Amino acid sequence: MTASMPVLDIRELTMDFGGLRALDNISIQVNRGEIVALIGPNGAGKTTFFNCITGMYEPTKGDMIINPPGKKMQRINRLKPNVVTEHGLARTFQNIRLFQKMTVLENVMVARHCRTRSGIAGAIFRNESTRREEREMVEFSYQMLETVGLGRYVNELAQELPYGAQRRLEIARAMATEPFLLLLDEPAAGMNPKETSELDQLITKIRDVKGVAILLIEHDMKLVMSISERIYVLDYGQMIAQGTPREISDNPDVIKAYLGEAFDA
Amino acid sequence: MDIDLRQILKRSAGEIGKSSVVALWFMFLTFPIMVMKVNPLDKTILWRWMNMAYVGIGTFSLSFIWRFLMERKEMGATKDEAETWQKRAGKYIRSDKRIYVPCMIVLIIFALYFPFLFSSYQTSIMITALMYVMLGLGLNIVVGLAGLLDLGYVAFYAVGAYFYALTNHHFGLGFWGALPLAGCMAATFGILLGFPVLRLRGDYLAIVTLGFGEIIRLILENWNEFSYGPSGIAGISRPSTFGIQLTLQQHTIYLYYIMIVLVLFTILVVSRLRNSRIGRAWIALREDEVACQAMGIDKTTTKLTAFALGATWAGFVGCILAAKTTFINPASFTFMESAMILSIVVLGGMGSIVGVVVGAFFLILLPEYLRAFSQYRMLAFGASMVLIMVFRPQGIISGIRQRYEFHKEPAEEESL
Repeated sequence: MTASMPVLDIRELTMDFGGLRALDNISIQVNRGEIVALIGPNGAGKTTFFNCITGMYEPTKGDMIINPPGKKMQRINRLKPNVVTEHGLARTFQNIRLFQKMTVLENVMVARHCRTRSGIAGAIFRNESTRREEREMVEFSYQMLETVGLGRYVNELAQELPYGAQRRLEIARAMATEPFLLLLDEPAAGMNPKETSELDQLITKIRDVKGVAILLIEHDMKLVMSISERIYVLDYGQMIAQGTPREISDNPDVIKAYLGEAFDA
Repeated sequence: MDIDLRQILKRSAGEIGKSSVVALWFMFLTFPIMVMKVNPLDKTILWRWMNMAYVGIGTFSLSFIWRFLMERKEMGATKDEAETWQKRAGKYIRSDKRIYVPCMIVLIIFALYFPFLFSSYQTSIMITALMYVMLGLGLNIVVGLAGLLDLGYVAFYAVGAYFYALTNHHFGLGFWGALPLAGCMAATFGILLGFPVLRLRGDYLAIVTLGFGEIIRLILENWNEFSYGPSGIAGISRPSTFGIQLTLQQHTIYLYYIMIVLVLFTILVVSRLRNSRIGRAWIALREDEVACQAMGIDKTTTKLTAFALGATWAGFVGCILAAKTTFINPASFTFMESAMILSIVVLGGMGSIVGVVVGAFFLILLPEYLRAFSQYRMLAFGASMVLIMVFRPQGIISGIRQRYEFHKEPAEEESL
């Protein structure tokens, strides 16, 4: 583990929905440039956890602290989702949430919103600075699409893309906000083995080239085991295990959570 | 080939059967009113069998045409064809300057000579149509781009109109001074409405905006000291001509040209907004509010700018309405107006500028030119609206997104 402070430090996070405790004292750290996986059976609270970090839910208890490289440490409790994104946490969604009727390029350009400044007057008069910003935005977004391998789809509508490409577009869109931590919610869901292995390479490439830390929720164990450096396991809102892929795959609690308890006669 | 033909024959036999049933049913339904005519004095019944035949033939052919069109639509042929046809035509017209430029020149010359070719009455109708083009384009920002269903748009129209009427009445403010201020005033009201409805979407938003529209109208109707109630305000100045005396007819022509300039200005601004950082944020908000926020867009400011900018155009047009009619009262700002403007946007094509322009001309000019059909006017008008919505649910012209070409350098290509 690196000596520097973790870029994401979640301490004793608890989330209650009425009487239901969806997350119970969860603590997770993600270090700079690390790929961390969050796994667990359906309904374990993984997506709830993501929604808490990204400001969509307000957690009942606990501290969420970010430590962006080159910026000062900050608590992100009670911040609005768009402010969290501005601070450098970007996410994708389990059920793809692209802007269906916009082109692929525009989907990525929308993500540049929080990194650009031109306003209404700029839009109407199209002064020099607005045009420059627009050119840079187009160029940046196009490069991002090239990175994920969608360069030939720029002018297609997002809804017309094949499924695997839509997933990659979600990643490109999230990356366009220039995050220091990328949160991927089941990026391989519904993908075939070939697409999954391409995704594996893409995630590793993003980490290596952009130096972005990645926290992913995933059910595809092959993918999780091959790319993640550390794994956290959730079950019924409780953290039941954490460790390296090898430790996790040998952990009896994890096997029990996934397969159920062995029946002894 | 043989099998194909047999299948077609078989299917059309089925269609004929179904249409016959429809015709019989209508003949039965209309039997008492169309066929029997009781003469209570002579105590006789006049049997008008010819009417029954008319009803039968009429409903049979209508039903048959309807079924034929629906089948084509279901087979996807119509939609795909229309879509590609539109795409191809759009591409062709835009790419080939030899067609695009002369078309535009003819259109511009026609628009410029219009008041001299037609009567003052026709010019006046055209001014109204152009006003609705502006209203439609303004509402298009709110409904078409930002996806916020606003049923109280007429409130901002009223704000603009009353702003000019009142400032003109009390302070003698001229049209040219009032026009931008009316826009600002309406924008302020847009933000005022925007704040309470920030959390609402879809049907809930529609109900609240509907209520807002009614509130404004009721205030204007009942606050006599402020707005002179239902009797309204008369004697509002026409657009000033910087000292030149004009007859009523010349005033109409003058206003027509003002409208042409303002509509062009609106189209320019809206088309630029649509393909800007703000415009993309609006569309993203329409497409997926959760994802939009997760991508770092502030929902609050984005919604408020949409409401404010949409309302601005209503304010402008309100000011023009007051100057055109020189008299306003709350009766001009009923829910029917909001519904009409919304129909322009939906029928023309949400998010499409050309669509809204076509929609406005269609919905405003059609009832005027259908006056020839006298009492069937509104029937024909309603029927054409139903037909368009059934066969082109995306509107007459659907919105086209900007395309970008990447070769070496990214170059922008304008699309309208």
